Amino acid sequence: MLYQDTVESEVLVHKPWFVASTFAIVLAVFLMPDLASTTLGDIMRPVIGDPLQSGFYGRVVLAFVIAVMFCVNIVLIGFAPLKAQIGIVWVELLLLSLAFFKVFNLNMPFIWENLPYLITQGLVTTVYISAVSLICASLVAIIAAVAKLSGNGFAYAIASFYTSFFRGLPLLIQVYLIYLGLPQLGIVLSAVPAGILALSLCYGAYMAEVFRAGIQSIDRGQWEASRAIGFGFGLTMRKIILPQALPVVIPPTGNMFISILKDSSLVSVLGVWELTFVSRTIGQPTFRYMEMLITAAVIYWVISACLEVAQSRLERHYARSKVR
Amino acid sequence: MTASNISPLKGLEGGDSSRAIGNVLRVPVASQELASQKQVPLSADKIIEAKNVSKWYGTFRALTNVNLTVRKGERIVICGPSGSGKSTLIRCFNRLEAHQEGEITVNGIRLHNKMRNVTEVRKNVGMVFQHFNLFPHMTVLMNCMAGPMWIKGVPEAEAKKIALKFLERVHIPEQANKYPVQLSGGQQQRVAIARSLCMEPAVMLFDEPTSALDPEMVSEVLETMTSLAREGMTMVCVSHEMGFARAVADRVIFMDWGQIVEEGKPNDFFTNPQHERTKLFLSQILSH
Repeated sequence: MLYQDTVESEVLVHKPWFVASTFAIVLAVFLMPDLASTTLGDIMRPVIGDPLQSGFYGRVVLAFVIAVMFCVNIVLIGFAPLKAQIGIVWVELLLLSLAFFKVFNLNMPFIWENLPYLITQGLVTTVYISAVSLICASLVAIIAAVAKLSGNGFAYAIASFYTSFFRGLPLLIQVYLIYLGLPQLGIVLSAVPAGILALSLCYGAYMAEVFRAGIQSIDRGQWEASRAIGFGFGLTMRKIILPQALPVVIPPTGNMFISILKDSSLVSVLGVWELTFVSRTIGQPTFRYMEMLITAAVIYWVISACLEVAQSRLERHYARSKVR
Repeated sequence: MTASNISPLKGLEGGDSSRAIGNVLRVPVASQELASQKQVPLSADKIIEAKNVSKWYGTFRALTNVNLTVRKGERIVICGPSGSGKSTLIRCFNRLEAHQEGEITVNGIRLHNKMRNVTEVRKNVGMVFQHFNLFPHMTVLMNCMAGPMWIKGVPEAEAKKIALKFLERVHIPEQANKYPVQLSGGQQQRVAIARSLCMEPAVMLFDEPTSALDPEMVSEVLETMTSLAREGMTMVCVSHEMGFARAVADRVIFMDWGQIVEEGKPNDFFTNPQHERTKLFLSQILSH
């Protein structure tokens, strides 16, 4: 939470100038597209006559109606309590995005028919690849972070070269390099291990920086107190520093986890049957790309949402030693 | 205000002096009677011996040829203006800081760059910090149990017994299952003292233990320290609590510019300081 002042400010969405300017902006924006041919145009038939013949008059009326609805909506939401506001806005945005998908005239039976395979083959492979990469990346990251913080020049050099190299290359190129390049050295990896390796190394490099910042955020006094009791480096790290750094790094690490999940789709270039690859392959013969891609998108989103929930649970769990 | 226009011994002259000091005492007057009654014999074991210790931070010389011997059972209070090297000195005693010249021996072990048994030293040297430095992610009980369990290998049940014993000793056993942030400053500092005591150290180092506390919490910490001192704990205490120094110290040491300027028995030190710097310092901290 941002700092909340104890003096209640006037609700922004109830200020006339704000509502007026919002109205003007929404009106201007919706004057641009021709909405006459949409469902909305059809509904407004009594006012504007035949939507396709309505011309400029029809455009203005449609934009005006949308602007009025929008402004009434935000003013009304302004009266609701906080929790209700969050819920209402979520539901509205969700409905809008569903409406957007509906524009594509999706063939629902086709989706329901292929959904089981999309999940049992595609999703399972995606989750498997992401989960393994995630664990490997975290391990690599902790080692790299400690190496970067250590006084050892050798360790620092290796770790900083590693983070620089793997943060500096596009993940797609890394995937190719590992899959096609390593065989030159006599190491032949099949597609899934190569993908996992590429993801782990790339995200290990990002997370190394996150963990380094987390470790550095712990007060020097904690090190001193720990060393003064007699704890060595390993014990201090495991029992004192990392447990305190963990809550600090949860939000950025949550980002990384979600990112790994989505970037596992890049492994599809190696012909791994993960979610993106499966959805494309099913869509291809029947030209029903949109059905499958949107289904895959929704599945990715649902899994990401699960990770988000897990993240907020963890944050709440670790907040307990901070409450007063 | 320049140094010249301060009366060097304001409130310290003649018969007034004891009253002036009495005003800043936060220790019950009765306990002042105990002050350094029993003399620690010169034959007592040396717990800490510092010979000609010098330390530099880059080019800045933080300590200059410091000599100090702490014998078993001795209670030493070190005072001096900020930046005078008092904290640096006691942090050298458990090797939180490295000294560059001279020799420090703690409990018979010489401290140097390549020592492999620094844990042996730290096990026997308790330290209490200005800002408590309790581990915020552990309960009070766990803060106290951690040292015995992880360093000495004491089984959990026994470590708990030890922890509770010392929490009782600092009068807060009822807070055992709380987290440090839920305690007041004074309580936190007493937990920090208990945490050090759980290791059953040969000597306790206090690094300005009361200077981060609210005024009304200073006395509870000082009382704890006073009773520790009365039980014969060897203590080296960086502190500006002159009342405490008078009540429990065997020796008071005044440091400035990284050097020991003056040391003496509390009575002599407060009523008859020798150096101008000491007089000025005492007048400054006692005059308000």
